[in-house]
Amino acid sequence: MSVFVNKHSKVIFQGFTGEHATFHAQDAMRIGTNVVGGVTPGKGGATHLGLPVFDTVAEAVAATGADVSAVFVPPPFNADALMEAIDAGIKVAVTIADGIPVHDMVRLQRYRVGRDTIIIGPNTPGLITPGECKVGIMPSNIYRKGNIGIVSRSGTLNYEATEQLTALGLGTSTSVGIGGDPVNGTDFVTVLRAFEADPETEVVVMIGEIGGPQEVAAARWAKENLSKPLICFVAGVAAPPGRRMGHAGAIISNEADTAAAKMNSIEELGHYVARNPAQIGETVLNAMRERGIAVK
Amino acid sequence: MNIHEYQAKELLQSFGVPVPVGGVAFNPTQARQTAEELGGSRWVVKAQIHAGGRGKAGGVRVVDSLDEVKKAAESLIGRRLVTHQTGPEGSLVQRVWVEQASQIQKEFYLGMVIDRGTQRITVIASSEGGMDIEEVARVTPDKIVKEVIDPAIGLRDFQCRKVATAIGLKGKLMPQMVKLMKAIYRCMRDKDALQGEINPLAVVGGGDEARLMVLDAKFVFDDNALYRQKQITEMRDLAEEDPKEVEASSHDLNYIALDGNIGCIVNGAGLAMATLDAISLHGGSPANFLDVGGGASPEKVTNACRIVLEDPNVKCILVNIFAGINRCDWIAKGLIQACESLKIQVPLVVRLAGTNVEEGRKILDESGLAFITAENLDSAAAKAVAIVKG
Repeated sequence: MSVFVNKHSKVIFQGFTGEHATFHAQDAMRIGTNVVGGVTPGKGGATHLGLPVFDTVAEAVAATGADVSAVFVPPPFNADALMEAIDAGIKVAVTIADGIPVHDMVRLQRYRVGRDTIIIGPNTPGLITPGECKVGIMPSNIYRKGNIGIVSRSGTLNYEATEQLTALGLGTSTSVGIGGDPVNGTDFVTVLRAFEADPETEVVVMIGEIGGPQEVAAARWAKENLSKPLICFVAGVAAPPGRRMGHAGAIISNEADTAAAKMNSIEELGHYVARNPAQIGETVLNAMRERGIAVK
Repeated sequence: MNIHEYQAKELLQSFGVPVPVGGVAFNPTQARQTAEELGGSRWVVKAQIHAGGRGKAGGVRVVDSLDEVKKAAESLIGRRLVTHQTGPEGSLVQRVWVEQASQIQKEFYLGMVIDRGTQRITVIASSEGGMDIEEVARVTPDKIVKEVIDPAIGLRDFQCRKVATAIGLKGKLMPQMVKLMKAIYRCMRDKDALQGEINPLAVVGGGDEARLMVLDAKFVFDDNALYRQKQITEMRDLAEEDPKEVEASSHDLNYIALDGNIGCIVNGAGLAMATLDAISLHGGSPANFLDVGGGASPEKVTNACRIVLEDPNVKCILVNIFAGINRCDWIAKGLIQACESLKIQVPLVVRLAGTNVEEGRKILDESGLAFITAENLDSAAAKAVAIVKG
């Protein structure tokens, strides 16, 4: 078990023949991901990495039975590509692009109403179930199979936490990047709910940032609904207020969404908090020992 | 991207929103001339800078003669205006907006913003106009009205009537409010605005002459959508932005100056923030936030080093790269290129991890240059702080 993707997932790449898609499709296949083909409009009928290329997602789904898509399409065309994936019945679409216009995402989220495709991203490294399936751009060699579910807004901070866990002999069930944009496909609560339902996940790590209410909202949800220990870190304690730090999501608009305020609220809700980004791994290990959870 | 008040008013007018008749002026003579052409006997002269809080800072003058218009413009143009949003150095006023003064009966607040919670454009309105809306929300939250817009349906008349009723706009003013709100919504949607704020929205003129008027407007647009917004892109005023941030963005880098002495080059906003946090926890002080983003080429890394080093306070550079879509070998090549072309004198602490890390480390080792390598975030921050503390 795992969440969203596993060894049975049939993965296609949208924008398959591009440089980054090619590099990460190869890496995904190396760790065992079942990549079944790709889509590049205008290149249908060709073969890439030994796999079929289709003009549309609908054709790819019909021919391969694909249920997961890694969307490597440039920002101006990305929302359209996601709608195409939803229309074709893809179950999980992961969109990597950084720089999708926010209004496009607002329209996309409206398009999804009444349909059950899970959208991960945009502006995310994607998700990985180590040893089984990678849909994204993360360096797969830092992940080790285990019982810790990770969800983060930032991609590189997800890698940072993972490296710390791996160095301590800890492993990941599934790692999910929900992305740094203000309007994104999947929120923390959706991922926490999936981790709660997954028997293989015994511990959950949530990594947030300054700006917005969602970390605290998720921590509040977890207090009532998550039976597994939750360890959190929120980046941006040293960030000056009112400034946009890379991610459009990362603006401190009022007192309540500074990093320190969020970590205080999360701690008050009874969860574990790592105050130092270099001590995420240690905090997880201590929490596991305290709760009698096996290190694996 | 921010625009000036006068640009927002001109834009709103093109969508059919009522704004006072006025004109922009770049010097006092022009200001006087504009007022004369506008006619009337009372004018408002408003300093045009992006920062808010202009009224309280003396940037808005109401005057009763053409000579006073000129004097007001003289006292504003070419001076730095300090408001609670500009910082102590203030913002240089390069132009003023001159408009006919309105007979204000009552002021309201009307805003539209892409709300993260609902993931839709949400209307925020209040009967308490002319005040800071965050303050209103804190002190009298019951005076704030919200209405969520379905992007597939658009803003409906009945929603506008709900808002109008809730803030006390009745009679002939109600249909005006419906028309005005729908126009502002169209402007937000068509121009990729993230936020539009009308404060105040005023009822001007008395009795049968009473009508709605936008007296101040602040709009923020989505940088990621500028590729399809030519008109908005042309409104960008680079003089309002930090020149180093402008230069960085021209190289597709995200740079924000801070006041410490450890220069930072990191990939990814989250890790960049965490790097600042780690430096602070070790008792150091970061000189900047810099996100090189994904797919950083050697040229991009060189540009990043140059921009960081333009800050004379920088005593050490901390490079923290956890490559996913990036590749450590490209970063390493970029650092070597930067050391050679920029003749970097300050120590460079480098932490590489992730995609192609072995190749990256090998390139650094074989360069013969004096990089201080670090195995992880904690030791990288510790080494950088130790260097600046001597």
